[in-house]
Amino acid sequence: MKLNTLTLQSVLALLKKKKISLSELYRDTRAEIEEKNKTFNIFLSLNQNAEHEAEDYSLLPLGGIPVSVKDNFLTIGIQTTASSNVLKGFMPPFESTVTTRLKAAGGVILGKTNMDAWAHGSSTETSDFGSTKNPRNPDHLPGGSSGGSAASVAADMCIISLGSETAGSIRQPSAWCGTVGLKPTYGRVSRYGVVAMGSSLDSPGPIGKTVTDCAMLFGFIAGSDRYDGTTGGAIVPDLVKEKEKGIKGMRIGLTYVDHEKLQGTPVDAALRKAAEVYEQLGAHVSFVPLSQAIEKGKILTPDYAIGVYTVVQRGEVSSNLARYDGIRYGHDRSSFGAEAKRRIMLGTFTLSKGYADKYYVRAQQVRSLYIQNYRDLFSQFDVLIAPTSPGYALKHGASKDNPMFGELEDMLVEPSSISGLPGINVPCYYDPQTNLSLGLNIIADHWREDLIVRAGYAFEQATDWNPWVRQEKKV
Amino acid sequence: MSMYTTIVGMEIHVELRTKSKMFCGCVNDPFHAKKPNSYTCPVCLGMPGALPVANKKAIEWTIRLGHALGSTISMFSKFDRKNYFYPDLPKGYQISQYDQPLCRGGKITTTLGDVRIHRVHLEEDTGKLLHTTVKGKKVSLIDFNRSSVPLVEIVTEPDIRSGEQAKLFLKKLHQIIRYLEISDANMEEGSMRLEPNISIKPAASSGAVGILSEEELPQYKVEVKNINSFNFVKKAIEYEVKRHIALLEAGTIPPQETRGWNEDKNETFSQRRKETADDYRYFPDPDIPPVEIDESYIEEVKKNMPTLPSVYRQLYSELKLDTATAETLLIDPRAGRFLKDIRENSNDEAARRVALWVVNVASISDDLQDDAPWPVSWQNAVKLSNLVAENKLSSSATKEVWLEMFNSNTDPEEIAEKNNLLQVSDSAEIEKIVAGVLAENSKAAEDVKNGEMKAIGFLVGQVMKASQGKANPGIAQQLIKKQLGL
Repeated sequence: MKLNTLTLQSVLALLKKKKISLSELYRDTRAEIEEKNKTFNIFLSLNQNAEHEAEDYSLLPLGGIPVSVKDNFLTIGIQTTASSNVLKGFMPPFESTVTTRLKAAGGVILGKTNMDAWAHGSSTETSDFGSTKNPRNPDHLPGGSSGGSAASVAADMCIISLGSETAGSIRQPSAWCGTVGLKPTYGRVSRYGVVAMGSSLDSPGPIGKTVTDCAMLFGFIAGSDRYDGTTGGAIVPDLVKEKEKGIKGMRIGLTYVDHEKLQGTPVDAALRKAAEVYEQLGAHVSFVPLSQAIEKGKILTPDYAIGVYTVVQRGEVSSNLARYDGIRYGHDRSSFGAEAKRRIMLGTFTLSKGYADKYYVRAQQVRSLYIQNYRDLFSQFDVLIAPTSPGYALKHGASKDNPMFGELEDMLVEPSSISGLPGINVPCYYDPQTNLSLGLNIIADHWREDLIVRAGYAFEQATDWNPWVRQEKKV
Repeated sequence: MSMYTTIVGMEIHVELRTKSKMFCGCVNDPFHAKKPNSYTCPVCLGMPGALPVANKKAIEWTIRLGHALGSTISMFSKFDRKNYFYPDLPKGYQISQYDQPLCRGGKITTTLGDVRIHRVHLEEDTGKLLHTTVKGKKVSLIDFNRSSVPLVEIVTEPDIRSGEQAKLFLKKLHQIIRYLEISDANMEEGSMRLEPNISIKPAASSGAVGILSEEELPQYKVEVKNINSFNFVKKAIEYEVKRHIALLEAGTIPPQETRGWNEDKNETFSQRRKETADDYRYFPDPDIPPVEIDESYIEEVKKNMPTLPSVYRQLYSELKLDTATAETLLIDPRAGRFLKDIRENSNDEAARRVALWVVNVASISDDLQDDAPWPVSWQNAVKLSNLVAENKLSSSATKEVWLEMFNSNTDPEEIAEKNNLLQVSDSAEIEKIVAGVLAENSKAAEDVKNGEMKAIGFLVGQVMKASQGKANPGIAQQLIKKQLGL
């Protein structure tokens, strides 16, 4: 068997028992990359020194295993571009907190993965270095903006990956590529050293093969950081332990299936099936109807979140990209791609005098309504479930000439993103004709990653949607 | 009587001398760095992914200043991004405070009238540009040592009515800042920057102009930058007022602009036209949680802050020191603390005595570095004062001891003994010496008896000689008179 197809949990167990070696693992992983990376365009840069580092790290908890990292994390010694020409060739002089913690735990950065340039997108098509192909079906997109990360996991080109989400960028590509993606609570994981996109939204997190794998990596990267003033305040739960607690009696709210866009789609069917599974496992599932205004016990329609997210994010983007003037590092502004320019212009407009009140301030006010709505719902429910994406992964070219592509695709996850809530995507359906999966999005209240992991783990173990879980069950 | 009223508001920027910068741990010492770009890090260089974390001390010191100015301290305030492009601003935005500053209101009183404070807020400084020629090419170099140093901005209401009042206001503000120990406030270095906003309007028929409402303010104002002394602020205001009068009389409203000050020519010059205010697209900085403080914290800051000049002014008045002496002492906050300690541990008389020595004998030295501690302890000063009160030192001996003590902080008794300065004031001892001198100088003694008082000086001199200068001359004179039966 090819060792690169193992889960993190299995690899660590086998390494400990000395049933496999690191060099064998790396050999198989490299072989996969050699064979497929050129076609799939998953890795932008590779760390040729990974095997040596692995040897040094073999006694640490993560044992020296190969991890892929989205190219918006600053990594010393490895080019970091955020998939933009502006940072082509940029060798960071400092390291992000997350990758520092990863290395301290014994994870080795195998390479940097492709993404939508500056994380501006949900397809990876806006990358200045070409799009990425979905390993499940190369005619289709991997999603984005952590498309390369999700694809690297789906293609078994690494054992686990680090991505980031602003609104959907961990969960949506995970759904499209059939992997697990965990978006932590905003403020749970440090943003220091991650190229800033939407500062009030960005959440770094793991993308992996199973819920257990993501729970393991979460434990090593989460926690307050003195270099990031927006982190801290909560004790980090041991998700690996928490997931075993089960879901008997858990109050689960089923949401968005009554949205007009989802009627009669496979997504609708997938969710209802998932609800049945949860019922069978002993949880209490209730349907939460949509509403156009805040009403007790109802969920506010995600449609408004599109506007909120578009305006707030682009405002923050227009300010965050101002530093790329080519004076101290990188190339100058003429290297920005079209999508970056669009977002800078729109963000500048919505913050400008005479318009800021109407757009930016208004968007932030509506944002508060979503937070209010969730506060109400989480007094009634432990978790809420919904489809991650309105449909299967789309084909290449879908995002061209469609500037609002990302926002529409991410509609279902935007409400939880703008509210800073944690969420996890687990595979929940499968189309044998296309080889593509659908994803189930499970969200909970702030700081309650323990609940989403419990719900995700129970679902993954009780069903056969996840190929790595199936593989492990066979062993 | 001028036909026009001067209307000036000031904007003052003060660099706080916290150990580290405003949003990162870099050393905050831009003026003494050995090399450019040596006190930098990803945060103050605006590198990708870098994040600001607010300096708590800087916030505390801004609140201190608010207290000293009588401002209201905001229990909820936040940092906002002020977006604009300039090479010395690495992030493309400056972190500042927009609509919810740390302090609002307050005032400074001058002999020419009160000047109200509009607000005090906290922000970060920019890097420094240097325009020069390198290898024959004109270049602009940027030094980021100053980037992100904490900067307090003080904005006044347009209450200033003359260049002289501006000068008095600034002197007082400068003094308060020095006493609060929050900044060097050095104009030459640039840790205190002054910008008057100047306009004029036809004087009201009644003559007096107090607080002006928004509608009553002139429709223009001229900002003058790059002034590095209070005197030049006064001159710049006077120059501008003249210039504005000339324009208004000629039928033109002075253009709204930024002007610079040319100290060689003593005139202002145009730098930049500003028809409308810039759009900085302010929004709350999402990287920095809001600053929420409570009453107990505000009180704690008030309790722990250094004593203000007004308190020392009061002390000097109670010690009955004249205004000139008081003002000299007020230059140095350390003098005040020193004298306060003396008064508390001894008495008013001792404090007054020492105060006069400080001013008249060894005054506050210009050589003393700002950070150096006051060179002599209050304990030694009290000891010296006691020696004098006990008549153990002549006035010339006192001066000598004070000078040596001030520079070395040695025990004054030790100094006096070492230099043989201790006066003998014991009457019995002097009696003997006087008797001896009178015996040996019978002619002079006769002269004094016969009314020639001048001879007493000679006899006192002889007593001094016989006692190696230790006899208390006052007592010697008394005893001579006594022994001569006068």
